[in-house]
Amino acid sequence: MIGRHRHCIALEDYSREEILEVLDLAVSMKEVLERPVKKVPTLRGKSVVTLFFESSTRTRSSFETAAKVLSADTLSWTAATSSVTKGETLIDTARNLEAMKPDVLVIRHSASGAPGLVARHVACSVVSAGDGAHEHPTQGLLDAFTLREKLGTLEGKVVAIVGDITHSRVARSNLHALPKLGAKVRLCGPPTMIPPGMERLGAKVDHDLRSAVDGADAVIMLRIQHERIGDPLIPGTREYSKLWGLNAKKAGEWLKPGALILHPGPINRGVELSTELADGPRSVILDQVQNGVAVRMAILYLLAGPGEPTSPERAKA
Amino acid sequence: MSESSAGTIFIEGGRVIDPAGGVDGVRTVVIRDGRIAEVSERVERPRDARLVDARGRWVTPGFIDLHAHLREPGQEYKETVATGAAAAVAGGYTAVCAMPNTVPPNDNTSVTELVLKRAAAAGLARIYPIGCISKGQKGEELAEYGELRAAGCVALSDDGRPVASASLMRRALEYALAFGLPLSVHEEEQQLVGKGVMHEGPAATRLGLKGIPGQAEEVMVLRDLALAELTGGRLHVCHVSSAGSVRAVREAKRRGLRLTAEVTPHHLALCDEDVARSGYDTDFKMNPPLRSEDDVRACGEGLADGTLDCIATDHAPHAIEEKQVEFDAALNGIVGLETAFPVCLDLVRRKVVTERRLIDALTAAPARAFGLPGGSLARGAPADVAVLDPMAQWRCDPGELRSKCKNTPWKGRSLVGRCTHTFVGGRLVHELGGGRG
Repeated sequence: MIGRHRHCIALEDYSREEILEVLDLAVSMKEVLERPVKKVPTLRGKSVVTLFFESSTRTRSSFETAAKVLSADTLSWTAATSSVTKGETLIDTARNLEAMKPDVLVIRHSASGAPGLVARHVACSVVSAGDGAHEHPTQGLLDAFTLREKLGTLEGKVVAIVGDITHSRVARSNLHALPKLGAKVRLCGPPTMIPPGMERLGAKVDHDLRSAVDGADAVIMLRIQHERIGDPLIPGTREYSKLWGLNAKKAGEWLKPGALILHPGPINRGVELSTELADGPRSVILDQVQNGVAVRMAILYLLAGPGEPTSPERAKA
Repeated sequence: MSESSAGTIFIEGGRVIDPAGGVDGVRTVVIRDGRIAEVSERVERPRDARLVDARGRWVTPGFIDLHAHLREPGQEYKETVATGAAAAVAGGYTAVCAMPNTVPPNDNTSVTELVLKRAAAAGLARIYPIGCISKGQKGEELAEYGELRAAGCVALSDDGRPVASASLMRRALEYALAFGLPLSVHEEEQQLVGKGVMHEGPAATRLGLKGIPGQAEEVMVLRDLALAELTGGRLHVCHVSSAGSVRAVREAKRRGLRLTAEVTPHHLALCDEDVARSGYDTDFKMNPPLRSEDDVRACGEGLADGTLDCIATDHAPHAIEEKQVEFDAALNGIVGLETAFPVCLDLVRRKVVTERRLIDALTAAPARAFGLPGGSLARGAPADVAVLDPMAQWRCDPGELRSKCKNTPWKGRSLVGRCTHTFVGGRLVHELGGGRG
């Protein structure tokens, strides 16, 4: 259990304390990852099934690595998106997998709400690895973890999220988590990529990149998906990159010293982020990847682990 | 007439609300030979007449639904004319207009005749078929309105989809004038709808679902109001859901345009935040989608001031496998015939509309809109009567619905108000619990 939750589907439903429970445990999980022998027997005999309806390399690998470090068995299942008229329904697929008695089912789906639908029909814990434009809770947690680790705290910090907010489940999870930890969130992007109601979630919306990043402690750059071009949300990548992309020159002039750059990946180099910046000293993009494993270990552990432990060491005993 | 009063029915002690006849008060309704014989304060009841004790209840004309999907022919796994009619009379409806988006669609007399034949066999509610605006509802060629009219169609609609072509819509409005048929139009601008699955707004943003702005409806309403003005055609706007559409219809009526409009119980009662609260429950997915609280309020005001003439259910049964899927993949629509009255009665409690206006919107107003018989308790009229218990509290158990499908957002909820008796042509076709009467 994570606080009151048997599943990890939406950070919107998570309280500050529940988020902190995951982040605090992830600190000790990260320590395990830095050992020469990266393996603890904590989840031995438990099984984690990953069910992906959308292609993903990093998120799936991250979950599988997390499970393996904790000694859980993993099974990965790739499925075509269900439809009413043909093929197996999502619920049937999930029930079939459940018959194999997994402890945790990790699901990614292109339809918002799909993990919640599965959770209502299976007995095991369900972890969302991203659903449509709804949420990507583990990404939201790993971003919060990375920011807290680098900035010391999120209390009073300013985080700008830049890009296609409309289609971003990462932005939504960030928006539900970061303010609960005391941060202020600014959203920036072309007006066609900012959906209605963002102010109600406590975000400040700004279409000008320069003022949006001014004084920010961290900037999360989102990937521009090529299918959005001519959607017609934006005229093209050239103007987008000029107005909402970040490069070393703009970063040098507009960002405060020490401001971090995050990106959920994969990066479109030269579109939202220049190579020199992505690989430069401000970038914590690779830290995000490593922290992703630690955060997912913490989640799997809390959902499938032996109960009330506070550290993997104690659980091992 | 014979001396015997056997077969005569006395509905006594109830509050008779008959907006068409200007009646609101405790009266006895006497039904003889399938017709309303009398509505008066004091009548002597012969010993052998049948008594329906309506004390504490409302006695109204049977409800008339201008918008239901009965699915026959072609999708009998969802509903048949008979099961739809059974659901109708259980909800107090004595007449239902059947939308033509069946398989095949009702664009020719053989389908119209089949629907009427099934309705006669079921012998429950009166079923009035609606014919297609365009052949096959493809939006390309006009259907044969003359033949459809002759076979028994009472209106024309391509409901389920809009008439995208403005020129086809113009000609449809003109051509239908020869037959006096209203065009019941489903208004949405498909480019603006895109892949949207719920109302565009903060709730859709949080849920990460693609939104449909209210303006997708409003721009088509405005187009068709202009075309109605051009042609003098008879427009009926289906399931109005947005504040902008209400405003447009109100202004058009003020200008003197001859048109009518309907609103569904769910667009008067639920909003987009209910979709969020439901946790992606696909029984909250329909087209048009549940809109913002402001839109809901505007629809209520439109109903109250008569801008929206009538309440129509948009009863749209879907099988469980069509609903128990991802929100994006689920079919649009909910069943509504059996819950319309309690859901709308709540509007009276919340002082959105008066009792009289509510009953008018369920009875006389829809009869006027499509020129249908019924909707009144006038002496000599066919005895289509609903007896309603406005205090009855019941839990909506989908398993107990007469409709073949159970896709209702009110499942498990406690509702207040229920139809206890329904008479069609003087025949008792529904009695709640089959007991008291």
